[in-house]
Amino acid sequence: MKKVTNPEMLMVAHAAFKKQLDDKFNSKTGKRAIVICGGTGCLSSDSTVLKERFEKVLKDKGLDGIISVNMVGCFGFCSQGPFVKVYPEDTLYRKVKVSDVEKIIEEDFINHGIVEDLLYVDPITHEKIKKMEDINFYKKQKRIALYGCSVIDPENIEEAIGYGSFQALDKALHMDRQEVINMILDSGLRGRGGGGFPTGRKWQFAYNQESDEKYVVCNGDEGDPGAFMDRSILEGNPLSVIEGMMIAGYAIGAKEGYFYVRAEYPVAVNRLNIAIKQAREVGLLGNNILGTDFCFDVHLRLGAGAFVCGEETALLNSIEGQRGMPRPRPPFPAVKGLWGKPTIVNNVETLACVPYIVREGVEAFTKYGTEKSKGTKVFALGGKVNNVGLVEIPMGTTIRELVYDIAGGIPGNKNFKAIQTGGPSGGCLTEEHLDTPIDFDNLVALGSMMGSGGAIVMDEDNCMVDVAKFYMEFICDESCGKCTPCRIGTKRILEILTKITNGEGELSDLDRLEELAEVTKNGSLCALGQTAANPIISTLKRFRDEYVEHIVNKTCPAHVCKNLISYHVDPDLCKKCSKCARNCPVNCITGVPGKETYKIDTTACVRCGTCLSACPFHAIYKK
Amino acid sequence: MKLQEHAIKEIKEIVAQFINEPTPLMMILSAVQTKFGYIPMEAQELISEETGISVAEIYGVVTFYSFFSLKPKGKYIIGVCLGTACYVKNSQQVIDKFCQLLGIQPGETTADGMFTIDALRCIGACALAPAVRVNEKVYPQVRVEDVEKIIDACEKMEAEKNEKGN
Ligand SMILES: Cc1cc2nc3c(=O)[nH]c(=O)nc-3n(C[C@H](O)[C@H](O)[C@H](O)COP(=O)(O)O)c2cc1C
Ligand code: SF4
Ligand code: SF4
Ligand code: SF4
Ligand code: FES
Ligand code: FES
Repeated sequence: MKKVTNPEMLMVAHAAFKKQLDDKFNSKTGKRAIVICGGTGCLSSDSTVLKERFEKVLKDKGLDGIISVNMVGCFGFCSQGPFVKVYPEDTLYRKVKVSDVEKIIEEDFINHGIVEDLLYVDPITHEKIKKMEDINFYKKQKRIALYGCSVIDPENIEEAIGYGSFQALDKALHMDRQEVINMILDSGLRGRGGGGFPTGRKWQFAYNQESDEKYVVCNGDEGDPGAFMDRSILEGNPLSVIEGMMIAGYAIGAKEGYFYVRAEYPVAVNRLNIAIKQAREVGLLGNNILGTDFCFDVHLRLGAGAFVCGEETALLNSIEGQRGMPRPRPPFPAVKGLWGKPTIVNNVETLACVPYIVREGVEAFTKYGTEKSKGTKVFALGGKVNNVGLVEIPMGTTIRELVYDIAGGIPGNKNFKAIQTGGPSGGCLTEEHLDTPIDFDNLVALGSMMGSGGAIVMDEDNCMVDVAKFYMEFICDESCGKCTPCRIGTKRILEILTKITNGEGELSDLDRLEELAEVTKNGSLCALGQTAANPIISTLKRFRDEYVEHIVNKTCPAHVCKNLISYHVDPDLCKKCSKCARNCPVNCITGVPGKETYKIDTTACVRCGTCLSACPFHAIYKK
Repeated sequence: MKLQEHAIKEIKEIVAQFINEPTPLMMILSAVQTKFGYIPMEAQELISEETGISVAEIYGVVTFYSFFSLKPKGKYIIGVCLGTACYVKNSQQVIDKFCQLLGIQPGETTADGMFTIDALRCIGACALAPAVRVNEKVYPQVRVEDVEKIIDACEKMEAEKNEKGN
């Protein structure tokens, strides 16, 4: 592609590539296009092999000239992946296997039919659905941060430009810097990385600082385990984040930006690198961008697996090549950040919203959301829901809509028990909160928080004491050790939780937990320690009786805590097949094949659960 | 242990590639980790000589981040995801089973150098929870009873490789 060095050239390029995209998606000439999900989820199900297979078969059949194939970012509905979408008909095939490729080419491309059995089937109406937008999962969603994801080819800057990339930057460069900040202030955009701090205010602080060097840092550390919003944005439309960063840079007066992305995200890192390289090649990163005085370049730094590095000051230390330990604030990064210079740290999703706001206008953003939380939020929905995946919903959507309408409810007719938002720093919400509209302030008021967007649903089979212990183990591992209340407090909390789940707890432990939670919260330097006890506080408050069961009756009502359960054979169901006995690692199941019902010696049983899953007749149960 | 000639050369190349960055250390370490699978003391000493950064500082950084490892890993690195989405779907039992069958703890390597078990935090396949990654391959929705099959598959792969080699 040719260089783009002034607004006219951008206009020409945009028009040309827009036409190219239109041709691809709505071709009337008989040309067709296949896009395949290349998000990490679907890549794990071999979608690369799928792509290679399509290319090969098309070539063999001489169709490669009229049917194009490329990969796109996550479709969101990861539990139904890998996806293959066919244009111009807009047919969406799901759970496509390599062995389906020939069938699709034969039935769809050659015979112009539809491969019915690869269409999504609505679980309630059993209707086969052909188009993405008709699937319930997508109906309540609105893509702002995920703009372009699963549509454009993330490794091709031409498609991005055709789809609107750099329009916002061009517009911003024609505005006064303060005007740009005002626009972000007016949009009400709040940080998507956890805290919900107003983005415009942060930019204003940095703008107000006198300094010849300033920096924009994009936080792509995404430490909440089980959350993958930022990764999907970087994989699906990396240029939108780069553009957001450039607009921020222009607004505050920075010439350089740093991306900090987890090393565990190789696909995102690779696509980001490609996007940076392509933007440099066409002159959209570098000196005198679009013929103005604005110069900007970006660097990429990899995080190496430390949750605390997501905290902004720890992240700055890590970029500077040190151990990622938080610094005391103030001074805030906006005053003294990277190498002591004024720096803004923004989350990936926050920056991805910026081009949308600038390009489409403040109204287009503020028409979604609640009074104090504007726009949309991306959530990574996981755990016990039918539709695991990535969703972007307007702020103010209720938890019920999220869990039931979008996520399709709980599998296996189990009962909803809780939803954890905010990851290890958040809290759990229960049945009674289902009608709460999701926004920053509502979640905080209920003792949880928005966090970066992880949302894990738990059902009756999850033990809340065990879940609390899980988060505490995570925090203990990840505490950087700088302050005593966090380092020691979280350890003590974990010890008590371990005691309780082992059946050795006492009622006074609950008071101790509450005390320790208080100390850890008040005595810690950074938000990791300050919020570490949130999962404990909220489970204690909402599931106290479950703690009491563990302590007083020495039982785990959800049958999770190993030391508090025992395995038994139901003699009425046992068919004397001996399979359980043959699989038991400690040989503690006895019986005679075909003659004598099998029986478990509970004193020797190590509670490994093997027999339970091995029994073909579901004769083994936990108590 | 002494570094082999080719390793010394490769580490020097990696250092040269990043040395002009404002803060090269993390990038050098990431590249060495990715290339060799671990960063032994000898490599840290070499990086220190090449960059002028003290060994103490390098060691501090290496031990702080979980992505870096001081010890070599097995041929088959079994990463069991213990991210939240996988944990609430019983991945703890899955990793327990791996540990039981291989006789090692998470983070350890079997004596024959075949297997390492790692506890991972979200590998991005949450929709496939509980997920297990062996080297590059992701196994979806792993149940306790699948664990033995996964180990068998690795052993079979290794046997085939050895046969081809001979
Ligand atoms: C322990 C800890 C982990 C954090 N992890 C992340 C993270 O992974 N991604 C992120 O954007 N912000 C994270 N944050 C919040 C950042 O400190 C910071 O507030 C955020 O990056 C600011 O960007 P925003 O205003 O656009 O949200 C974390 C904070 C703490 C205390
Ligand atoms: S609160 Fe915890 S993680 Fe934060 S600085 Fe203190 S010890 Fe480190
Ligand atoms: S749970 Fe494990 S140890 Fe206990 S009886 Fe079943 S197979 Fe044997
Ligand atoms: S596997 Fe089930 S049916 Fe067979 S002997 Fe064991 S308990 Fe009875
Ligand atoms: S990764 Fe393919 S749908 Fe999410
Ligand atoms: S939590 Fe296991 S893959 Fe995400």
